[in-house]
Amino acid sequence: MSVLVYVEAVDGKYKKTAYEACSYGFRLAQMNSANLVALTNADSQTASELASYGVKTVVCFQSEDLHDSAVLSSIIADAAAKYVANAVILTDDSRSKALLGRLAVKLDASAVSGASSLPESASEFQVSKSIFSSKAIGHYSLDSAKKVISVARNSVGIHENAADLSHEEFDASGYTSSIELIEVKRVKGTVPLPEAELVVSAGRGMKDPGNWGIVEELADTLGATTACSRPVSDSGWRPHHEHVGQTGIAIKPNLYIAIGISGAIQHLAGVNNSKTIVVINKDPEAPFFKAADYGVVGDLFDVVPRLSEAIKRQKNS
Amino acid sequence: MNLLVCISKTPETTAKIDFVNDSKEFNTEGVQYIMNPYDEWYALVRAIELKEALGGTVTAINVGPAANDIIIRKALAIGADEAVRIDAEASSASFVAKQISAYASDKSFDIIFTGKESIDYNGSLVGSMLAEYLGLPFLSYVSKLDINDGKATVSCDIEGGVELMSLNPPFVLSAAKGLAEQRIPNMRGIMMAKRKPLNAVEAVEHNDSTRVVRYSMPPEKSGVKLVDPENMDELVRLLHEEAKVI
Repeated sequence: MSVLVYVEAVDGKYKKTAYEACSYGFRLAQMNSANLVALTNADSQTASELASYGVKTVVCFQSEDLHDSAVLSSIIADAAAKYVANAVILTDDSRSKALLGRLAVKLDASAVSGASSLPESASEFQVSKSIFSSKAIGHYSLDSAKKVISVARNSVGIHENAADLSHEEFDASGYTSSIELIEVKRVKGTVPLPEAELVVSAGRGMKDPGNWGIVEELADTLGATTACSRPVSDSGWRPHHEHVGQTGIAIKPNLYIAIGISGAIQHLAGVNNSKTIVVINKDPEAPFFKAADYGVVGDLFDVVPRLSEAIKRQKNS
Repeated sequence: MNLLVCISKTPETTAKIDFVNDSKEFNTEGVQYIMNPYDEWYALVRAIELKEALGGTVTAINVGPAANDIIIRKALAIGADEAVRIDAEASSASFVAKQISAYASDKSFDIIFTGKESIDYNGSLVGSMLAEYLGLPFLSYVSKLDINDGKATVSCDIEGGVELMSLNPPFVLSAAKGLAEQRIPNMRGIMMAKRKPLNAVEAVEHNDSTRVVRYSMPPEKSGVKLVDPENMDELVRLLHEEAKVI
């Protein structure tokens, strides 16, 4: 019996979420007195890194068809059968959104996407997950013998558990795709919003798209990613992919700085899982202050440049 | 093209979320319901646009009780041609996917649309489960879809970018922001919707193996600490020493 974790290396590297998924898988394996097996697209040298997070057996495969959830879910399901896995753990990202449901059907498993906790015990298998766009938490009971779970980022942490690693290969040459991948386009330079630990976000209080220089300056100074509220992206002031909130991207960074955003309930829904929230607004009655850890009541056109300067001073000290 | 759009009913975006019966049930009292925004704004509208350009039929499908008809009629008012309601409570993602797959299995739909997630349970599961039940390709978080000479070109949102792909129908997709622009139904659409077919069909057997057993509220913030707008060094100090985030 085993727990199988699928972790994908992008451009030959693992992201933090891969180590979080392994850490989650390891603790689940311990509860079940099972071994943690990692299935990965990386080469065996890169895959060796996983030994630090409790992985006992690393299984490498090669495929050109990771973009096709029919192919990738078949590879994972067949590996799960080969290693007699009773749980399959994934990172929570765009890839797993395409895989999770397929795997649940293939394995006749219970499924939770974006789980933020481990079960108390193997016998009473319940995990929690953020629902209603982070306005509530659902406690899910997974009643099938098999479970498929993706792990929400920044929720269970990374735990180092060095293990002796054995390497194996999985032959994935027999799977064929009906979807042709033409091109992968990625924005260069900045950390994508769903993965950003530091986010600087601005709203209608900016008054004009031409005023965004001070926001970008602050983001550059911090090494943060920029975001915006829905009215801002709907007016075409900023690109759609910057829209965070209930109908945009839900984020979970360590630090979220909200500039000139009043804090409508739909906006809060997408950001209130942030660890620390700073709100800068000239209106002391702005609802966002109720959800903030730190607040600055003042004119953003004065406060934001001052904050950038203060961060520079701190970095140079 | 023969297009199927899966729509779900969700509490509206400003609805107060709380729970009753020992936190085991969602409190529906006073809650207004809407069509899930991803289903309405992107999935449904893109399907209607494709039908307008290429001909064919758009069918809207929902799993739920008769009370959902008002939301289904809205889909018809926006421009769907006909609708189906599977008469059962939408108790889980796998239940919904199973019901829709049972209906769709012998109907030869070219493209089946879902929203990228519902704004209540945020699972993003129905689309990929449906694709697996039907043995079809699945494309998630689709922000662009074009059909040329019967072949589809699709952009799927990934972290910090897109994957551009091409394939032949039939397939299942989940719709993300960018796929279409929201349409407001006009009076003519609303009048016509009353005469369009809306058929209720019986559900098939399915057991849920994933259940919500209890709800809780996220921990509340302990209260905002206000910092003097003249003293941003103090804010930086707090973020560095107290919050430890920079």
